[in-house]
Amino acid sequence: MRWDWLADNGDKIERYLTQHVRMTLLSLLLGTVVAVPLGIVGHRLRRAYPVILVITSILYSIPSIALFVFLIPSLGLNERPVVVGLASYTLVILVRNIVEGLRAVPAPVREAASAMGYGDLRRLFQVEFPLALPAIVAGLRVAAVSTISLVSVGALVGSGGLGQLFIEASQIDNPIETWAGVVLTVLLALALDLIIVFGARLAAPWTRAGR
Amino acid sequence: MKVISDTFGWLTTADHWWGSDGIVHRLAQHAQYSIEALVLACIIALPIGLTIGHSRRFAFLALNGAGIARALPTFGLLVLVFRIEPLALWPVLLVLVVLAAPSILANTYAGIVSVDPDVVDAARGMGMTARQTLWRVEIPLALPLILTGIRSAATQLIATATIAAYVALGGLGRFIVDGLSVRGYYVVVGGAVLVATLALISEGLFALAIIFARRALGATLSPRG
Repeated sequence: MRWDWLADNGDKIERYLTQHVRMTLLSLLLGTVVAVPLGIVGHRLRRAYPVILVITSILYSIPSIALFVFLIPSLGLNERPVVVGLASYTLVILVRNIVEGLRAVPAPVREAASAMGYGDLRRLFQVEFPLALPAIVAGLRVAAVSTISLVSVGALVGSGGLGQLFIEASQIDNPIETWAGVVLTVLLALALDLIIVFGARLAAPWTRAGR
Repeated sequence: MKVISDTFGWLTTADHWWGSDGIVHRLAQHAQYSIEALVLACIIALPIGLTIGHSRRFAFLALNGAGIARALPTFGLLVLVFRIEPLALWPVLLVLVVLAAPSILANTYAGIVSVDPDVVDAARGMGMTARQTLWRVEIPLALPLILTGIRSAATQLIATATIAAYVALGGLGRFIVDGLSVRGYYVVVGGAVLVATLALISEGLFALAIIFARRALGATLSPRG
């Protein structure tokens, strides 16, 4: 192990780390922005849900390298194919958890809200979404963590990020570089996971009181 | 679209289907990696998920462990384990199991925990032992969620087994990795189409299994008349 390699390459590692964080956050943001309306449609229109699931599953089943390659002609050889590709992967997890979460809201709660004069839209956002939040957050956590680990694959199509360490390491056989990439990816995932969990607790304090 | 007709031509040429670098052989390898990893992951993750779900103990630890495992970059791990024994399958299987086990574990746990406590209390009140409650009440009620976990693990495995080709193993990823470097874009697309098809077949089979599980549950639980 060449421990001095770490000290000599701090700038490079920091640059890859920044790229990695940026691509992860952009993917999650884009994925959530698309998943919420899809989830609402899937919840309200029972016939649309299987169709949405099939389409998002097809997207998810396309191997990441191939999906990035498909997107390069239209989006260019940069971070964009990776962001769009990974955002489309998050859909299958996010939409499923949004719909399952909304479906799990007990019917008496919905009926009570309607009886209190809540309109459909107000009931959805003020009653059903908050109650579905634990399921949605569970989905977001899975999506965030898997996105962080998948961003590495993007390095194969030249997007940068921590995956770049794996490519360089496999070319010159430098295990410390691979380890650095693996450890940083896991730490990054842990940090983002904690942020999501605490963010959700702030947003929905009632879920704190155990199950 | 030239690439579509090229891909179609590649997929429909009989020569490309047979032989040691043929589609049939690569497809079989790909299915083999995925199924072996899935079975191993189930053997590890199901008992743990059931135990922590049933006892409600160690849940924090086990689920966070599952989260960390999910965060491991498969690509980096493959580069690491490949050095242990180049060209051997077991290091790659190990990585794939680490990838697949978390979603099975987390869903099994979530499935058991989501069972209505009143139903569990009723079962205990009827004189069922803890073991009977688990097997006759909790597992059947959790089955759709457990199957959902296995289904996502299977899809993930089929997609990720592709990267095995980057460290010189077989499977459908060969077409993608070789296509990117030497063989041409239409081979990449062809390989991707095959992987996606395999994943969809797996999704379809699990979707059917979940529908059957739900239907069987509905038949036992819903009031008659």
